[in-house]
Amino acid sequence: MLRLPPFTYLQPRTLGEAVRLLAEQPPGEAMAVAGGTDLYPNMKRRQFEPKYLVGLRRLPELRFLHGDARQGLTIGAGMTLTEVSTHPQVRQGYPALATAAGLVSTPQLRNMGTIGGNLCLDTRCNYYNQTYWWRQAIGFCLKKDGDTCWVAPGSRRCWAVASSDTAPVLLALQAQVTLLGPQGERTLPLAALYRDDGIAYLNKGHAEILTRITVPPAEGLRMAYVKLRRRGAFDFPVLGVAVALRLADDGTCTEARLALGAVASAPLLATEAAALLQGNRLTPEVIEAAAAAAFRPARPLDNTDLTLAYRKKMVRVHVARTLYQLAGLAAPAAL
Amino acid sequence: MAADDYTLIGRPIPARVDGAGKVTGLTRYADDLFPARLLYGKLLRSPYPHARILRIDTCKAAALPGVKAVITGADLPRPFSIMPVNQDEHALAIDKVRYVGEPVAAVAAVDEETAEAALHLIEVAYEPLPPVMSIEEALAQPDNRIHTYNRVGNVHRVVALEFGDVEAGFAEADYIREDTFFFQGNTHLPMEQHAAVAHCTPDGQITLWSATQTPHYVHRALAAVLDIPPSRIRVIATPVGGGFGGKSDPFAHEFCAVKLSMLTGRPVKICLTREEVFYAHRGRHPVLMWIRTGVKRNGAITAMHFKSFIDGGAYSSYGVATTYYTGALQTVTYRVPNYRFEGLRVFTNKPPCGPKRGHGTPQPRYALEVHLDKIAEDLGLDPVQIRRPHLAKPFSMTVNHLRITSCALDECLDAVVKRSEFLQKHRRLPFGKGVGLACSAYLSGAGLPIYWNEMPHSGVTLQLDRSGSVCVFCGAVDIGQGSDSVLAFTVAEELGIDPRDVRLVTADTGITPVDLGSYSSRVTFMAGNAAIVAARQLRERLFAAVAEHWGIPARHLRAAQGRIFAVTDPSRSMPFAEAVQRAEAKFGTLSASGSYTPPPLAGKYKGHGVGPSPAYSYTAAVAQVDVDPDTGWVTVEKVWIAHDIGKALNPYLVEGQIEGSVYMALGEVLMEEQVFRRGVHKFPSMLEYKSPTFLEMPEVETILIESLDPEGPYGAKEAGQGPLLPVIPAVANAVYDAIGVRLDEIPITPEKVLKGLELRAKGQVARLGPRGIPAFAFPPPRCVEVPEEWLVHLPDAKTRRP
Repeated sequence: MLRLPPFTYLQPRTLGEAVRLLAEQPPGEAMAVAGGTDLYPNMKRRQFEPKYLVGLRRLPELRFLHGDARQGLTIGAGMTLTEVSTHPQVRQGYPALATAAGLVSTPQLRNMGTIGGNLCLDTRCNYYNQTYWWRQAIGFCLKKDGDTCWVAPGSRRCWAVASSDTAPVLLALQAQVTLLGPQGERTLPLAALYRDDGIAYLNKGHAEILTRITVPPAEGLRMAYVKLRRRGAFDFPVLGVAVALRLADDGTCTEARLALGAVASAPLLATEAAALLQGNRLTPEVIEAAAAAAFRPARPLDNTDLTLAYRKKMVRVHVARTLYQLAGLAAPAAL
Repeated sequence: MAADDYTLIGRPIPARVDGAGKVTGLTRYADDLFPARLLYGKLLRSPYPHARILRIDTCKAAALPGVKAVITGADLPRPFSIMPVNQDEHALAIDKVRYVGEPVAAVAAVDEETAEAALHLIEVAYEPLPPVMSIEEALAQPDNRIHTYNRVGNVHRVVALEFGDVEAGFAEADYIREDTFFFQGNTHLPMEQHAAVAHCTPDGQITLWSATQTPHYVHRALAAVLDIPPSRIRVIATPVGGGFGGKSDPFAHEFCAVKLSMLTGRPVKICLTREEVFYAHRGRHPVLMWIRTGVKRNGAITAMHFKSFIDGGAYSSYGVATTYYTGALQTVTYRVPNYRFEGLRVFTNKPPCGPKRGHGTPQPRYALEVHLDKIAEDLGLDPVQIRRPHLAKPFSMTVNHLRITSCALDECLDAVVKRSEFLQKHRRLPFGKGVGLACSAYLSGAGLPIYWNEMPHSGVTLQLDRSGSVCVFCGAVDIGQGSDSVLAFTVAEELGIDPRDVRLVTADTGITPVDLGSYSSRVTFMAGNAAIVAARQLRERLFAAVAEHWGIPARHLRAAQGRIFAVTDPSRSMPFAEAVQRAEAKFGTLSASGSYTPPPLAGKYKGHGVGPSPAYSYTAAVAQVDVDPDTGWVTVEKVWIAHDIGKALNPYLVEGQIEGSVYMALGEVLMEEQVFRRGVHKFPSMLEYKSPTFLEMPEVETILIESLDPEGPYGAKEAGQGPLLPVIPAVANAVYDAIGVRLDEIPITPEKVLKGLELRAKGQVARLGPRGIPAFAFPPPRCVEVPEEWLVHLPDAKTRRP
């Protein structure tokens, strides 16, 4: 079988100690690990060869979830995806988050993988998520060990894909994240955590740890998450559509946010599409216009399952379908 | 004996003999073996699809502490291949590499980490050559040769055969149609990765434990490659965690494990990673096909011409057989009076293709069944009308000299049509919903062995113990299909004992009589027959001893429920163990052997070795699909499948094989593709090589049809492969019924469906598939006369005969 590279596992007792252990090493030499469902397979394929792993799994400071739709939610980054997806307050007040967390990979991996880990998930590309040997045969790539992006060989940037399921939902819900680092704690909008760059995809120092996610109150919001993938389990999204809407009594949309996953190196907020919804009733015309607007900025490339032309087309279809569903309308029959 | 007289045979018995071990983790697969002083082997593989090896330097690797041996092609210079012709493989590449992933060197070390580190220290200098990555490239670049032993360019094999008079047949036709199809390659994806443990002991005895479907052929190949008498080599097939044809060849890791053990004197294990399994491959060949059929207005076929262009990958493997198989079984489902087959297999710089469930027949079956669906529509017939009157008949010969015995294809077809309400649904469901139909046939074991010999294909030895237990020795390998259970139930049935009193020693070339292996759906048929012969011999001796004791004729005795009874006097019975003791007292130690050799089936023309079988199974299937017109997503809602099993020895096992076949077929038709980019396998992982999970599995309604084959054990035929065949075209035909788009290329992915719908919306031909076939001049066909027996079943053919 593929073997892990040698490393030393450090088990801090407190978050502060974890930050210190990470800060003591140069970048890349020490990495934080929670569920390990993304990191360990990547280490086996030599995407990462840290000398030290700092284990976050047993830190009680990361293991909480409180609040509800009325007050807002605070989720410790160490809560597993199973815990998040089955939590009564999440299911009741933030059903799209429960859906997204419950669609990640398989039950076994959701029992190990954490919400913090899913937000920090390494970007993915089928030239990158391969063994060292395979990458050597292809001549390595820009993201690791090489100097060419095989997806767009003329490109100077990496086009690996943001593949988190929970990030688009939390973006649409205007979540904030709190990071603890050597300089102390800072809180920022989730959108500010991400960069549209396949390599430097997080605005996060190597010794900073994502500690909690704060989600604003969601009472009265209609929300949904739709995940496109080939199979009902295992697969990362080839498209994620997250929508949060507020509709007035007369059906006018007073608040709208759309976020897309797996169409770029960062989860994208489709602001133009949201603006088309805001202040309007969700008629089929408005929905189709918003779907067309969401479709435009999506720029998938040929580096995941299914072709890029198909994935781009599907943005429009699935955004429209999600909006019809939230508006309580039947989607029109095609063709 | 009437069917109802059986106590075990034909009953749905859920207890497989291997079940408890597998679900509790007690089963020891090859990778679970840890002999003392075990070393771990790893293979260095080529990163180039096509390159000359200029030199290999293993010094640094050999010097690494913990490394015990390093070998290269020079250490294993003798070639091998599963087929006696085209011995074109080496355990480790010599002079040249022909695909990314081809083994070049091997290391044995004290642990896997050290072995892995040693691989990085082996220096190989390559001179890259232009790779040949498709059928078209192989034919377009005859001077860029992958091998030199073949006669021309990259052509591995050419076949051209004609049976009857095809031109006259087309002249008689009222309607002629031509179509082209492409079937993408895919792989077996067994749960268990290939693994082998070799031990060469100081006395020079070699044992190889390996996850193989063919221990007998591995035994022969080891002897040839290592140049060691086969009598010193023992191959033990460990329980196989899924084979599907992917563990039917001798493999590099098996030779290397043995060689490394010979050099170190320590046991050596090599377990492939999942990625390496994709390189070992031997999976479904990509095949480009052209078919031309002439029919009468009522759908009767007057002539058929079929061409296949087969992408073989880098080596021959089973490819000669595959080539013939793409043309062999078209005639076994429908009466084809005149038939021409032209097949061509090319070499490409990809992992070698080989046998996967259905071996060379799913591709032409897909083409033929979709082609017939189109002809039916052209003639204004429904898919049942074009097939029903022209089905193969029981006890007939096909035009290409295949002997059909039992055949209940008509019942299979009627059953699925009725249960699925096919005729009420076909062309009548709302847009986006559709049903499709297809039929098929498959062998119950190849009629001829892989290497020419006149010995039995399967042997069973039974040994009786005074306790009343029976030990079965048989070379057959249970790869999950249930062959061990069939052996135990068969012996228990014949001796009237509890199957739990039967012990099995199987698949050990040092101990068990030869069985040729778990391929071509042959084991239940052949080992089952051998077991019956052996068990009946033993029973005769038990009856002789009991008859003598009771002073009654042996013909009055029966064995059942763990006792021997006198049918004439129900008060008289004795426990089985007592009968054994009396027989042992009379005859000495009790054992018996039985074997099975298929009847002579080979026709009188070259190439007839592939296709004959002692019996053919038949299948019909209907698939119902939902196609989302916005996304192109195809959801299979239900599959109805009727299978002529001859006799279901254990309906649970048969249904399991059929459901597994449906599952595998759905993966092939909708998702799976073994594809390459820049010469490298695009995604050699279970995550990105898309194969369905059980969440994608639809409801399957299985109908077993029992035609009681005269040659099969208790009338049984095969179930392991045939049921895969009709499902693929049934889905393609259902997609057409749903949205009016022809998918003449599989897999049928959402993007292809959407593309087809776009063409349809623009008023263009709503078809996706190959535009044509390469210009290739096949040699004039070898013309074969139709067999005499053919006339019995096609009276109007008489008038055409000279």
